[in-house]
Amino acid sequence: MTQSPNDAQNAVEREEMAFDVVIVGGGPAGLAAAIRLRQKNPTLGVCVLEKGSEIGAHIVSGAVIEPKALTELLPDWKERGAPLNTPVSEEKLLYLTKQGSIPVPALHLLMPQMDNRGNYVVSLGDLCRWLGQQAELFGVEIYPGFTGAQLHIEDGCVCGVVTGDMGVDRDGNHKSEFMPGMILRARQVILAEGARGSLSHDAINHYKLRENADPQTYGLGIKEVWEIPKENHRPGFVQHSFGWPLDNHTYGGAFLYHFGENLVSYGFVTALDYSNPWLSPFEEMQRTKQHPAFRPHFEGGRRIIYGARALSEGGFQSLPKLTFPGGVLTGDCAGFLNMPKIKGTHTALKSGMIAADAVSEALRSTNPEAQTYQERLQNSWLWSELYEARNIRPSFSKWGMQLGALYSGIDSMVFRGKAPWTLRHPHADNQTLIPAKEAPKIDYPKPDGTLTFDRTSSVYLSNLSHDDNQPVHLKLRDPALWNEVNEARFSSPESRYCPAGVYEANTRDNGEKYLQINAQNCVHCKSCDIKDPTQNIRWCPPEGGSGPNYPSGM
Amino acid sequence: MKVLVPVKRVVDYNIKPRVAADGSGVETQGVKMSMNPFDEIALEEALRLREKGHAQEVVAVSIGPQAAQDTLRTAMAMGADRAILIRTDAELEPLAVAKLLQAVVEREQPGLVSMGKQAIDDDMNATGQILAAKLGWPQGTFASEVIVDNGSAIVSREIDGGVEVVSLTLPAVITADLRLNEPRYASLPNIMKARKKPLETIEADSLDVDIAPRLKVVSVSEPPAREAGVIVKSVEELVNKLKTEAKVLP
Repeated sequence: MTQSPNDAQNAVEREEMAFDVVIVGGGPAGLAAAIRLRQKNPTLGVCVLEKGSEIGAHIVSGAVIEPKALTELLPDWKERGAPLNTPVSEEKLLYLTKQGSIPVPALHLLMPQMDNRGNYVVSLGDLCRWLGQQAELFGVEIYPGFTGAQLHIEDGCVCGVVTGDMGVDRDGNHKSEFMPGMILRARQVILAEGARGSLSHDAINHYKLRENADPQTYGLGIKEVWEIPKENHRPGFVQHSFGWPLDNHTYGGAFLYHFGENLVSYGFVTALDYSNPWLSPFEEMQRTKQHPAFRPHFEGGRRIIYGARALSEGGFQSLPKLTFPGGVLTGDCAGFLNMPKIKGTHTALKSGMIAADAVSEALRSTNPEAQTYQERLQNSWLWSELYEARNIRPSFSKWGMQLGALYSGIDSMVFRGKAPWTLRHPHADNQTLIPAKEAPKIDYPKPDGTLTFDRTSSVYLSNLSHDDNQPVHLKLRDPALWNEVNEARFSSPESRYCPAGVYEANTRDNGEKYLQINAQNCVHCKSCDIKDPTQNIRWCPPEGGSGPNYPSGM
Repeated sequence: MKVLVPVKRVVDYNIKPRVAADGSGVETQGVKMSMNPFDEIALEEALRLREKGHAQEVVAVSIGPQAAQDTLRTAMAMGADRAILIRTDAELEPLAVAKLLQAVVEREQPGLVSMGKQAIDDDMNATGQILAAKLGWPQGTFASEVIVDNGSAIVSREIDGGVEVVSLTLPAVITADLRLNEPRYASLPNIMKARKKPLETIEADSLDVDIAPRLKVVSVSEPPAREAGVIVKSVEELVNKLKTEAKVLP
């Protein structure tokens, strides 16, 4: 793992800098950990690396958030001006049929997890920008535009992070402005990269952290922000749906929130354990907008932002071992999202805080592993919350959407999450596709350019920044394998699940099929790293500052 | 010699600008801002002049709101020695900017002003020229190569259909074009050091300069959406459409 991805990198001498703690990822988990560390000990040197060009640039979430963890971290968040300005005012959960919708009645009784009273509709990007400012007030050093490229491992212990090289051309040669990555030494590394983080993935494999856990299972969230006429805006209105357009065996649904200044946040989450290779999460998201339960909300509006991000859905059963020599996993790269609640921000914040407590204790000892992290978690509300929610997500994979919903009601109401059994996640998301010729094709409507759109015009609203002349950051380990498996068996599923149009199955003049990778379109959602049937596609961090630049409101 | 580098805080070049809902201008609220890319090039050139021994000090100056100090910190992280913020919340036109810069030049007495040929937000391409005129200095605009030697600067200028080479007697104003150089990245240690470099703030009002706007913005609107294309079946159909629909053929 200390091996660099290309030879050019190995030849360079790396400068070093030392901190007490290096945190990879400037989302809610990383920033909460950073703040908590400095609250505990204002003399600690704490550094946060963020691959986006600024804090918030790569954040995608709904988001309805529960303020509980934020209140524990910064009890005076209101006075500090936290951007929690839209309390939830009205809530609906709809089961959709093709043209109709059936609201789930008495939501807070039937599905207590979905009760959003007391919660806020926010832009998580804006919340993170604010958290970043708070962290700097506490003396945290934040470096946006720098990736964590590798874990720096010495004698089996993580001793820091190597930042990515800048100024390398497509072929791996150094350009005139080449700047080698640095070794940032740390006594503890906190990984807070979000779902399927690349260093987290390395750490999980290297230290075999998933040996006693179920495979992680993911969802792909694709989101748009709309600006709508003031007279149609209903601040705090929250609507979720399940059912149409997905079939009974595919888990997912849409969300729609009114918030901020005439903004509507709309998105669709598709579980990546879907089986039909013809399915396109992007098109499911687009066509759901045409449903009578959603369409009126976009009337007279204009779409202003587009983005996508994978999220962890596995919950309790899929949590890996959370510590390793020299570091810990927090937030969604560990998998702390609560799927039945469809919320991961409060759990990310809380896991970051608990990790910080354990790490600051470990720094005072000679133990390289923050061993009290697990125990502290087990004594927290976070653990009981995830434990009680554990059977809901797997019940949908096991019995389908309708029976799964029925089971979930019973699990929540009768057993209150304490059923004497635990349903498993039997397989990883890359193992679930059935051959294309056995699966029904899906006929998606053409975009109309007003309510529904194609990928190209969508990605345009992600404000992508990507220097074309840099190494391709999406790699096929074995290009021939793509022809044998992806193309021959599944008819190139990546060209449909990628929400940014990175992958295109093309044909050469001699009739040979090949996979065209438009890496400059990548919005860093990580779906390809997750869903590729043979795990042949590898997502590596591109040059720091690359990728989307999601503006305020995302 | 001292080099003065004016840097402007603009909407980041990766952001697709959006007209504000009320049509008053481009939305800047909550949008990522960064240094005007042409100013980065001008700064890089100044840093190279210092590295070659032609300059001893590089001073970055920005005019704008308090937040413009982020842009100045970036300039210092790239290598500027110190920075000056001329603080104002007013909307500024090139004439006002040039007058404020003139006041800074009179105070700092640089041997060279190295600045971007234009800012990517309003694309005026005027400040450098007005400043040179105000100062009575020679100007080398659209520079794609700069050689400083013995009190003069040889500047290659990109003009229509070729390159013009001019020799300027210093002090002078040079405005940078895209191909002048590739700006460096700010390294982590330099970003850290930049936090400790001196940043002086001067209120624009205290400089006794008339910065009132001369122009009035009437309206701002987005370009009309492009209509979808059609695939024609034959050359005849194309010619016919060009005649009857597009009306570009007689």
